[in-house]
Amino acid sequence: MADKALEGVKVLEYASFVTGPYCSKLLADLGAEVIKIERPGGGDEARCRGPFLNDIPHPERSGLFLYLNTNKLGITLDPETQTGKKIFLELLKWADILIEDKPPREMEGIGLTYDKLKEINPQLIMTSITPFGQFGPYQDYKAYNLNIPHGAGGGYLTPGGSPNAEREPLKGGGFFDDHIAGLSAATVTVIAFYHRIKTGSGQHVDVSKQEALMALNRTEITNYPNMDTIATRVVGSSALGRRPPPCQNGYVQIAALLDWHWVSFKEFMGNPRWAQDTKFDTLDGRSEYGNEMNDNIEEWTRGHTKEEIFHGLQGRGVPTAMICNAAEVMSSPQYEERGFFVEVEHPEMGKVVCPRGLGILSRTPWALEHPAPLLGQHNREVYTRLLGYTREDMVRMREAGVI
Amino acid sequence: MTGRVLEGIRAVEFGQFYVGPYTSEALAYFGAEVIKVESIRRPDPTRWFGSTGGPDPKIIILTDPNKSVGFNELNLNKLSVNLDLTKPKAVELAKKIAEVSDVIVENNRPGVLDRLGLSYEAIREVKPDIIYLSASCRGSTGPERNYAGFAPIFGSLGGLSEITGYADGPPAPPIGGRTDIVCGTANAFSIITALIHREMTGKGQYIDNSDSEVISCLVWDTIMDYNLNGRIQTRRGNKDDIFAPHDCYRCKGEDDWISIAISNDEEWRAFAGAIGNPDWAKEERFQDAYLRKKNEEELDRLISQWTISHTKYEVMDILQKAGVAAVHSFSSKDFFSDPHLKERGAFTEVEHPVIGRLTVMNPPWKLSATPAEIVRHAPLFGEHNNYVFGELLGMSQEEIKALMDEQVIY
Repeated sequence: MADKALEGVKVLEYASFVTGPYCSKLLADLGAEVIKIERPGGGDEARCRGPFLNDIPHPERSGLFLYLNTNKLGITLDPETQTGKKIFLELLKWADILIEDKPPREMEGIGLTYDKLKEINPQLIMTSITPFGQFGPYQDYKAYNLNIPHGAGGGYLTPGGSPNAEREPLKGGGFFDDHIAGLSAATVTVIAFYHRIKTGSGQHVDVSKQEALMALNRTEITNYPNMDTIATRVVGSSALGRRPPPCQNGYVQIAALLDWHWVSFKEFMGNPRWAQDTKFDTLDGRSEYGNEMNDNIEEWTRGHTKEEIFHGLQGRGVPTAMICNAAEVMSSPQYEERGFFVEVEHPEMGKVVCPRGLGILSRTPWALEHPAPLLGQHNREVYTRLLGYTREDMVRMREAGVI
Repeated sequence: MTGRVLEGIRAVEFGQFYVGPYTSEALAYFGAEVIKVESIRRPDPTRWFGSTGGPDPKIIILTDPNKSVGFNELNLNKLSVNLDLTKPKAVELAKKIAEVSDVIVENNRPGVLDRLGLSYEAIREVKPDIIYLSASCRGSTGPERNYAGFAPIFGSLGGLSEITGYADGPPAPPIGGRTDIVCGTANAFSIITALIHREMTGKGQYIDNSDSEVISCLVWDTIMDYNLNGRIQTRRGNKDDIFAPHDCYRCKGEDDWISIAISNDEEWRAFAGAIGNPDWAKEERFQDAYLRKKNEEELDRLISQWTISHTKYEVMDILQKAGVAAVHSFSSKDFFSDPHLKERGAFTEVEHPVIGRLTVMNPPWKLSATPAEIVRHAPLFGEHNNYVFGELLGMSQEEIKALMDEQVIY
C-alpha cells in the first residue's frame, strides 16, 4: 500500500458548506484522520444543496456534500450545549488541527477562542476561515459565495474582454471561488503543521476569504498604485483573450501570445491575406490592433469545429482550448488516461465519479477510500471507542439534543 | 517571534509566466530560499511584459529585463542566477545547485527539462530525496501532454469558462493570471505535503500537476450534476439556483456595483427594514425564498431602483449593519482606500533598485507564530550569480568569470 503524506494527522472540522469542508477534504484525501462535526438535525448546509441524485432532494444524496466530505468520519454534536462543549473540548485534546469557519463572535460566545483552546491543547493548530478574517472593521460582515469574488476584485474583471461596460461584474461559475478559499486555507494549514513537526508549536491561522481571493488578482490590483492603471472587464490586461471566438459547434479560446505562436497560427489558418499585415507580427501590435485581429479570427473559426481547432493548433504548439462543458470534461481521453476519474461507492447514491485530486504525487498519492459520512455515521465509533462513553450515555445525549 | 517556517529549505525554479513562479513565491513567503534559473537566451517571459499604464493600458514589450512591475509581483523574495541550459556545462551547474537543494519547481512543456538532462531521474541521482514538481497545462503523461496553455486555456479545458459569464452571453474564460495563481497555490500545497512526508520518512518524490485538472477539481459540483442527472450546467451570471436576490446591483457612480445575497427570510426582513420598509417589500410575492426566486426579475428591478441612489460604500454599510451579505465590487483602486484592508496590512512596499518604490500585495494568510512575509523585491536578472556560484557552490571568482566568458553563466 502506498504511503500517505498526512498519515496520523488528526483533524477536527467544525465547518459547513464549501470552503471549510473542502479545506479538510484536501487533508483527508492525503491520509489525515478527519472528524467532521455536524449539528444534530440538519447537519452540514451542503446536504441541502444540489446536485441531488435524480434531482430528488435528500440529505444523504447531495453530490456537493458527497464530493466535499470524502474520507472523513462524521459525528453529530452541538457545541452550544454544555455537554456538547465538554465533548468538543475532549475532541480538541485529541486533535492536531482544528478547521473552523464560524463568525469570530460566535466562537467567542461559546468560549471557543484560540486563547482558550490552546490552554487545553498547547500544540493545537487552529485554522479559522471567515469572509473577512479575525480582526478589522469588517470582521463581523457577512459574505456568501456571491460576495467574496466581488470583494476580492475578481468580479470587476469578469467577464474579461466584455464588449459592454454597462453590464454587471460577475462571479466565477459554480462554487469555484469558495473552493479556492478552501485550497488556500489547506495550503497554510499544512505549512503550520510542518512548523509544528519542526518546533512542536501550534498556532492560530487567520484566513480571510477576501484576501485568499485577492491574491489571485495581485498583478491587476497592484498595477493601480504602481502604474495608475485600473483594469476592468472592458479594459483588460490582455487584448488576446478578448472573448472566445465562436465556431461551428461551440467556442474555442486561442492565446497566440508569443511571436512564434502567431506564425504557427497564421500557417494553420492558411496564411490569409489580412494576417500578412506586419502590424500583427509583434505582441505590441496584436495588442494594439486586437479588435481588428479578433474580428478576422472569428470569421475563420466560424468555419471549423472546436475539436479541429483545438487539436490542430495544439499540434502546432499554439496554446488553444475548446471550451469544455461537463460532458466534455467527463469524456476527455487525457483525463481518462491519467486516471483522473475515481469511483466512490456511496451507500445511498451508489457509484459516484469524483476527481482523483490536485495532481499525481508519486510516493504519496491521493486516495478516495471512503465516501462522505452519513449524518452521525461515526457517532458510536467516536463517542464510545475514542472518547470512552457508554451506549447508555449516547442514548441520553441524543435525547438531550447534544448529539 | 520564531523564524520563518521554511528557512533552511532551498528550492530551484525553472519557471516562467505565472504558475511556476507563483508556486515558488508561495514557498518564499515562508522563508524558503528560491533560486530562479534563467538565461538571457530564455528569461522568464514575464520580464518583458510591461504595460503602458493609464486609463486604457496596452501591453508593451520591455527592453530591460529589470523593469517589469508584474514580474516583481510574482517573484518576490527570490534569487536569480543565469545559466544557458543548452550548454552541458550549465546543466552540470544546475545539477550542482539541485544537489544542495530540497525542491525543484518547473512549468516548462513536458519533456523540455528531460531533454536538457534535468529530469526527475537525473536530479534524483545527485539528490536522492529531492521533491520535484512539474506543472503543465495537461500534465506530463497522456495523449495531450504536449498541449500548452495559459490560464484562459486550462480554465476552458477544466470546465470553468463554460459556466462563467452572462446567461445570454458567450463563455468567459478567466483572463489574466487568476487561475494560474490558483494552480500555483495547489502546487505549493502538494510540495508542502511532500516536505511533511520527507520529514517523516526521509523520502522525496515526483509531483506531476495538471493545471486543467486543478480547475476541474474546483468546479466538480457542476460536473457532478452531469454525472448524477445528465445535466450540463451553463452560464447564469451571478445567479443562484435557489436564492434571490443574488446579484450585483448598480450604485451611484461610474461602474460602481454592490453584490447582495439573501439566503433566508430573516435576512429578507432585515434587508427590507434597512432600505426603509418600502411597500413593495411587503408584497406577498417576495415573502419566502421560493417566491423571491420565482419573481426575481421584478425583485432585481426594484432593488436596483434603491441602490442606484446610493454609493456602493453606503449600501455596503447600511446592509451589513443590518446583517445582510452585501459587498461592493472592488475595483483595483478601491483596495487602497479600504479601512479594513489597511488595518489588516494587505499591502506593503519594496524598494526596487531599478524601478523604485513599488506597492506589493502581502501573502494572504495571517499566522500567529510563523509569519508569511515579503522581505525583498524580485531579483534583478542574474543578481545572485556571485552568491550562488561563489558562496553556495564554492567556485572562485576566476572560474565564475571564465564561465561567464564562455556564456555558460549567461
